[in-house]
Amino acid sequence: MHLGVSESMRECEYSQISTRSSTPMETPYKKRTPKKRKWEIFPGRNKFYCDGRIMMAKQTGVFYLTLILILVTCGLFFTFDCPFLAQQLTPVIPVIGGVLFLFVLGTLLRTSFSDPGVLPRASPDEAADLERQIDVANGGTGYRPPPRTKEVVINGQTVKLKYCFTCKIFRPPRASHCSLCDNCVERFDHHCPWVGNCVGRRNYRFFYMFILSLSFLTIFIFAFVITHIILSSHQNGFLSALKNSPARYPFTVPLVVCFFSVWSIVGLSGFHTYLISSNQTTNEDIKGSWSSKRGKDNYNPYSYGNIFTNCCAALCGPLPPSLIDRRGFVEADVPQLAPPTNGITIYGSTQSQQSHTCDQDQCIQSTKFVLQAAATPLLQHQSSEPVILTTSPENGGTLPGRASLALTGPCTSLPLGQPTPPTSTSSLSCHEAADNNPLQESLFQHHFLTPEEVPSPPGMLHCGSPMGHSHTTQAGFYDPASQDSLHEDSVRGLVKLSSV
Amino acid sequence: MAETHSLQDMRQQAAITAKVFIQRDYSSGTMCQFQTKFPSELENRIDKQQFEETVRALNNMYAEAEKLGSQSYIEGCLACLTAYTVFLCMETHYEKVLKKIAKYIQEQNDKIYAPRGLLLTDPIERGLRVVEITIFEDRSLTR
Repeated sequence: MHLGVSESMRECEYSQISTRSSTPMETPYKKRTPKKRKWEIFPGRNKFYCDGRIMMAKQTGVFYLTLILILVTCGLFFTFDCPFLAQQLTPVIPVIGGVLFLFVLGTLLRTSFSDPGVLPRASPDEAADLERQIDVANGGTGYRPPPRTKEVVINGQTVKLKYCFTCKIFRPPRASHCSLCDNCVERFDHHCPWVGNCVGRRNYRFFYMFILSLSFLTIFIFAFVITHIILSSHQNGFLSALKNSPARYPFTVPLVVCFFSVWSIVGLSGFHTYLISSNQTTNEDIKGSWSSKRGKDNYNPYSYGNIFTNCCAALCGPLPPSLIDRRGFVEADVPQLAPPTNGITIYGSTQSQQSHTCDQDQCIQSTKFVLQAAATPLLQHQSSEPVILTTSPENGGTLPGRASLALTGPCTSLPLGQPTPPTSTSSLSCHEAADNNPLQESLFQHHFLTPEEVPSPPGMLHCGSPMGHSHTTQAGFYDPASQDSLHEDSVRGLVKLSSV
Repeated sequence: MAETHSLQDMRQQAAITAKVFIQRDYSSGTMCQFQTKFPSELENRIDKQQFEETVRALNNMYAEAEKLGSQSYIEGCLACLTAYTVFLCMETHYEKVLKKIAKYIQEQNDKIYAPRGLLLTDPIERGLRVVEITIFEDRSLTR
């Protein structure tokens, strides 16, 4: 593509943004560096396995305990009790037991490994836009007001939507932020340590199926172990049946485990059956959100009215897809817009006539302008840009615990976009320059950090310590006249990344 | 150079002047619906009717995806009986509709929005939070 006069000087190979690509994964350009998958830079406190296919909470110790309890109990049951029962009663018993066991295991793994309905964090553009709207609503006072809420009327009931400061979104109704996983989860039920994951919209039915089938399984095992003891004692006497060495543990372990499990699991199943039939979440029930004790007119606006529909909706309704796209690729090498000083604004290309040196400080400079631009209210000709801070790898340790994903685009491309050495010829493109400059490669390892305060009003704007260079941005810091085009282009380039 | 209004050309030449975010409309519950209120930034770019039609069409498609009908029940029961392994070979109804939505947005962009210097971003790329509309600088005057 040639864009005009300046193009003749540029032989650059830049990536074309394909309108056909509906997912960031499909961008058609050559890979230069190993692309990262989105799960690798996921901002929440989750653990991922199998290259992003499996997603769990951070603490999984109790989950392994659950697994061990189930496996050991069932193992003992199948090894010691089933042969006897199959012989004495019917071989159907082990078969049913086997089916139940497999179902329990399947639903447990499905609950534990799937995405509960995590809401991805807002992109910097969105966050900035929301902040602006909130500011306008608050009269533009310029300081952070008390917790932000929005009221909405759902089916005649007023529901308050809270603003999540971590995810920078207004939480949809019934969503809640899990402090253990540090994510907002849709239709948040609770965080279950036994399954090692949150229980939310996408895995609630698996969780329910798990506890239901586990109840049946524990009752089943409990009943048949007792049957085994009774039948054995008829033959040999009660005490000798128990004392019988190889059979002692197979009796006692399943018995004890099942006895305690029955009360807790069956109780839990009953509780969740009630929740499903009234279409409430554990969260809502505990808080008493829809309880009539709160007020005469308080009712659950999400309930369909009858138990059957509520149950069907919860268990057989459509399964929404995961919103976080764990296995998608992070856009890492879209050619970056160099901030040209000559005012030619070419989107997505490298301006070759640069009067500045393209070293890291310069790149930080342009990033600063971006931050400032983000801080100022959106003027008619300014873009709302994603604000990105990059950190050098050695600063990784000083980063706050959560490195939020600023955008799906590669923010490193901004600093990397101007790798041209001072004496470069005009024919250098950013890609070619990228090849020349070994610094590029190390910078690609940057983490993307959402500057938590960036989208807020100028007074609040500051860069956190993660910046490898201790610069701070203050509003009004730069001379708008000369830097306008400079920052406009750097901003444009950044925005382009997020718009792929 | 011939003036073109193809999306590719535009994206490579035009400058982004603003982004507009159409937020979710929760008045009918947790169903995925977007507000049909016409944003002021688009006033001189596109017809109000056209815009509302697009958003309404999207809303209808999302409603279809989340509809509780016999098809979704059958799918749900079948999935339950097969211990959810059926989804290894089959796409869920929701995913099918999402594909339809992606195609629709593509089509709308090509036919209606790109010629006016606008670009719709599929909400699924923004976690179904917003419909992002990117406004490009109007180059037709500067050419």
